[in-house]
Amino acid sequence: MTYLPTSEHDELRAVVRELAEERIAPRAAEIDRRGEFPWDLKELLARQDLLGACFEERHGGTGLDEIAQVILAEEVARVDATTSLIPIVQKLGSLPITLAGTDEQKARYFPPLASGEWLIAFGLTEAAAGSDVAANRMRARRDGDAYVLNGSKRFITHGSIANVLTVFALTDPEVGGRQGMSAFIVETDTPGFSSPRLEHKLGIRGSPTAELQFDDVRVPLENRLGEEGEGFKIAMQTLDRSRLGIAAQAVGIAQGALDAAIGYAGQREQFGQRIGDFQGIQFMLADMASQTEAARQLTYAAAARVEVRAADLPYWTSAAKLIAGDNAMRVTSDAVQIFGGYGYITEYPVERMMRDAKITQLYEGTQQIQRLVIGRQLLQRAGVRDRVRAGSAAGA
Amino acid sequence: MKIVVCVKQVPATTAEKRYTPDKRLDRTSAESVINPLDEYAIEQALRLQEAGTVESVAYLSMGPEQAAEALRRALAMGGDEAYLVTDVALAGADAWATARVLAAALDKLAPDVALMGMASDDAKGSLVPGAVAAIRGLPLLSYGSELRLEDSVARIRRLNATGYDIIEAPLPVVASVTDQVGEPRYASLKGIMAAKRKHLETWSLGDLGIDADDLHGATLTRVMEVRPPEAKAPTERIENVPADEAATRIADWLAARKLL
Repeated sequence: MTYLPTSEHDELRAVVRELAEERIAPRAAEIDRRGEFPWDLKELLARQDLLGACFEERHGGTGLDEIAQVILAEEVARVDATTSLIPIVQKLGSLPITLAGTDEQKARYFPPLASGEWLIAFGLTEAAAGSDVAANRMRARRDGDAYVLNGSKRFITHGSIANVLTVFALTDPEVGGRQGMSAFIVETDTPGFSSPRLEHKLGIRGSPTAELQFDDVRVPLENRLGEEGEGFKIAMQTLDRSRLGIAAQAVGIAQGALDAAIGYAGQREQFGQRIGDFQGIQFMLADMASQTEAARQLTYAAAARVEVRAADLPYWTSAAKLIAGDNAMRVTSDAVQIFGGYGYITEYPVERMMRDAKITQLYEGTQQIQRLVIGRQLLQRAGVRDRVRAGSAAGA
Repeated sequence: MKIVVCVKQVPATTAEKRYTPDKRLDRTSAESVINPLDEYAIEQALRLQEAGTVESVAYLSMGPEQAAEALRRALAMGGDEAYLVTDVALAGADAWATARVLAAALDKLAPDVALMGMASDDAKGSLVPGAVAAIRGLPLLSYGSELRLEDSVARIRRLNATGYDIIEAPLPVVASVTDQVGEPRYASLKGIMAAKRKHLETWSLGDLGIDADDLHGATLTRVMEVRPPEAKAPTERIENVPADEAATRIADWLAARKLL
């Protein structure tokens, strides 16, 4: 199995990097400070066809392969984690449709998403159901040719600005979340839907994280994804693939912090010499660089498994997200250390990168959930029958 | 109507440049880009095509084989087809030789407008547009901040000391534009993908009916010396002094150099 980037991948990286450095990087500090969604950059990414990366050409997308999609997220996250979430969440939200949607559903929803005219969000997590996805409470009651949705969701990235959502709700509460949950496509202009509140966050501050409220929201029958009761499976299959985007984001954040630290070490003078000439700083940079490269290569390896729909892809994507997320946290913290006091103030970008990095250890499954996924995959490989009921899940 | 935009591949400004023993830029050693000033000419041509004034936009470059990359980048921004004149005999061609080759290629392509950037980022001679116009016996509309095409007339607006000159000439013309035409677009992903399928043709000197010896005989420029720019004087720092004293010292420094 080959997962070396091709010359086309290199070309994509060059194109996205130029755009990111010239147009996104100069906005990053302001987006963070104001905590406002960068609509201008969403338009820019749409105009450059970069929001259509995960959609097939017949739906107006560009149908990039998985490694190319990783490179796209990585290069945007290198300058701004908030903006990188625009393509990442466009994929996360639409994956349930990609995996379980009908041709009609895809033909209806993918073109406006591929063009970037519409945004989508993934509505799974609830206040009391994060890692424990099966503990979801939201209801979907069948009523004639529709389902009526009631309940609320929390921590939904882009939930307040999306035109459409993929939402998970119990159609059969008697049997619980694993067998009784179903997935739906909900247009956010449907009566009864509202987004009453946004979270105030440590990082990715320009990306709205919303609470969603559903009061008798009528969803037509044809907007159910898959069969009744398949919701849990669809959610898990989605997260098995979408985690790759978070690994990519984490690699990008780490690379951005590393690049900033190298630049600073080459210019800051103390004790009469550049701090980069101190071996202590060189050792730090060497660790940051080689560990980021390791995270990147593991992420590409995982992307190659997702591309060919390998049976053990959950193992690979969880491992990539675990390694890349922890690396991003460590590398951004070390970058702040290299900057010293200047790293701690908003005049330089590394404190923002450190705050942004933390989320990659939390969302789309905490690092602890990734370990559970990896552990279960290991036992499965060894032929040990799965008896673990709890903790197979991963909140988004 | 048809525009041919002449595009040159140049080393990136940030690239480290090396020279061959015969004082030529080693173009294989440096990271290369489209001449940034040519991107404005591309943008101008594409805007005219989008407005429906121009039916087809083609690109023409002269350079080593790798200059095809610059043409692909141009095609990714838009336009229809591209032509590269490449020939070992062209190594070290000066502005006059370049103009002769481009003029011959333009005779073959016969556009209504041969459009160029105002200069190249490496040689900065600004000679080629005028030379091409002279060789082809066509009007030259140079340094336009905007190009307009109406019926059989080309018109440019050129910034002067007090305002604008409006200069027009009957088609066909050779024209060059400045960075005033507006920000060049970024190539979109679909543009990049589409560019791979667009027609890119390579011509040799023979294809243009040019004799290499004849071209060499006509080379007018000789490079006498190549050297890096002088290093700047070290920065003078005023640190750890009260603000009023720092201000006085800065003022004295400027006054000593008659800058105040």
